[in-house]
Amino acid sequence: MPVTRADVEYVAKLARLGLTEEEKERLLDDLNSILDMADQLGELDTEDVEPTHHVQVINNVFREDEVRPSLPKEEVLANAPEEQNGMFKVPRIVGEQEN
Amino acid sequence: MLELHEMTAARLRHLLDTGQISAVELTKAILERIDAVEDSVQAYITVRREEALKEAARADEMIRRGESQPLTGIPVAVKDNICVRGTRTTCGSRILADFVPPYDATVIGKLNEQGAVIIGKANMDEFAMGSSTETSAFKVTRNPWDLSRVPGGSSGGSGAAVAADEAVIALGSDTGGSVRLPASYCGVVGMKPTYGLISRYGLVAFASSLDQIGILSKTVADCADTLTAIAGHDRRDSTSLDVPVSDYREYLGKNLRGMRAGIPKEYFELRVSDEVKSLVEKAIDVFADCGVEIVDVSLPLTKYALACYYLIATAEASSNLARYDGVRYGYRSEEAPDTLTMFQKTRDEGFGAEAKRRILLGTYALSTGYYDQYYLKALKVRTLLKESFIKAFEDCDFMIAPTTPRTAFRIGERIDDPVEMYAADTYTVTANLAGVPALSIPCGFGSQGLPVGLQLMGPHLGEGQLLQAAYAFEQQAGVAEKRPALEVS
Repeated sequence: MPVTRADVEYVAKLARLGLTEEEKERLLDDLNSILDMADQLGELDTEDVEPTHHVQVINNVFREDEVRPSLPKEEVLANAPEEQNGMFKVPRIVGEQEN
Repeated sequence: MLELHEMTAARLRHLLDTGQISAVELTKAILERIDAVEDSVQAYITVRREEALKEAARADEMIRRGESQPLTGIPVAVKDNICVRGTRTTCGSRILADFVPPYDATVIGKLNEQGAVIIGKANMDEFAMGSSTETSAFKVTRNPWDLSRVPGGSSGGSGAAVAADEAVIALGSDTGGSVRLPASYCGVVGMKPTYGLISRYGLVAFASSLDQIGILSKTVADCADTLTAIAGHDRRDSTSLDVPVSDYREYLGKNLRGMRAGIPKEYFELRVSDEVKSLVEKAIDVFADCGVEIVDVSLPLTKYALACYYLIATAEASSNLARYDGVRYGYRSEEAPDTLTMFQKTRDEGFGAEAKRRILLGTYALSTGYYDQYYLKALKVRTLLKESFIKAFEDCDFMIAPTTPRTAFRIGERIDDPVEMYAADTYTVTANLAGVPALSIPCGFGSQGLPVGLQLMGPHLGEGQLLQAAYAFEQQAGVAEKRPALEVS
């Protein structure tokens, strides 16, 4: 089933990618070629097959709930594009844009 | 007589430990080599001149105190998706162009413990997504054997650095072949371990169930020493295997009599060029001469592996790359009026075309209505593929196959055709999907003087027998005397 332009726009919105019109065109073609390749998997009978999420089964890797040293705040903020009062500063959350 | 920069870690260890050279001298020699050829090769994003010399001085202290270990004082190039504290780590992306990690990856900690010297951060395809190192936001690395050609990817900088003697050893990462493919194209040894053997803590994630840090080196022995140094359980990586780490040196030099090598027929039918096939078949004869029993095996799902891989890897990538939003680190688009616009513009401006392609494909494969058809289907195919490997290993101790269908292609040749580009990964994605170890070792040169790699694949935690087999092959076939003819500037 071919990918449509509407699909690209929907998926771009989910992925928070602001694409130009030109990018949407190109990506539409690319996605369709790649998914043509992916359709091959339909040839295989996987009716009673369990999915593999991870190659080795490791369960519940836990540790004791003890406080351990972690990064000092200045280091955490060192790469921040904008910070204020020891917090990451971002533009207003609720904006002009209709969601 | 070899120059210092041409030598292996094993040889340098001897010279360092007997006081014939100092670690500082060695690091200076490598830095001089970088100055001489880097304009042509472009292997590095960042060279750590000052820091490397400090590390070399520290290594000299360790050697003086009689505390040297296999990698003490050895210059190592590190792929730029492995965090080195205090050094710009970009992942080949504009979105992390100025990111300076506040911590070292576990493998870097282990290299530091041994007193290794981290010479620089190697160029790579953006976020490890690529097979040619052409999607790096910063530069295109050139294959030292032919500067008009790609070094392979995504660890192309690592492969080129070792091939051009700009590092003695390099670390890379391998999600679908990104260590083995550049190793093959650049004529060096490249190894991907069993999933979970080397900690991923500090490796910037691309596809979490497939990623592994890997090793590129001039010889099998250097690869074995590096694996011993950096493998091992890590509490900070919950996918890390809690198994004892061998001294992999112990496997080298053991003879191969009684071992069985499986030849998976599908790897000799699908897309492989005649010259690659012919060189690999000659290599199989070398193994037979070593006393190995050659057995035919089948991996019937090989032709579905690329599709399976690209669905799983992109789905995982779409999730892993969601963190790049301009909030806490990395690039942030200017003058966005609200956070949603900021996210969209930051990501549109910060990511390159291939990263966007993969994020979109992955998001699509996971989205409502398509999840079952694409992502879940791929996970089921992965099960079948993994089982086919387990079955094949019932009849053999390791498998021999080409690493990649052809030799290095020209820069620009495939960049506009994603499916054609992905085809380079045909034989490498399988080991990542199955979680098994695999290594590429040079086995000759094609008609245009370009290196060809031979791939050995082993069962889960079969690194020992892989290194044993690779070493015997290397000894029997001879480590290539040829070096790339690089003009020194």
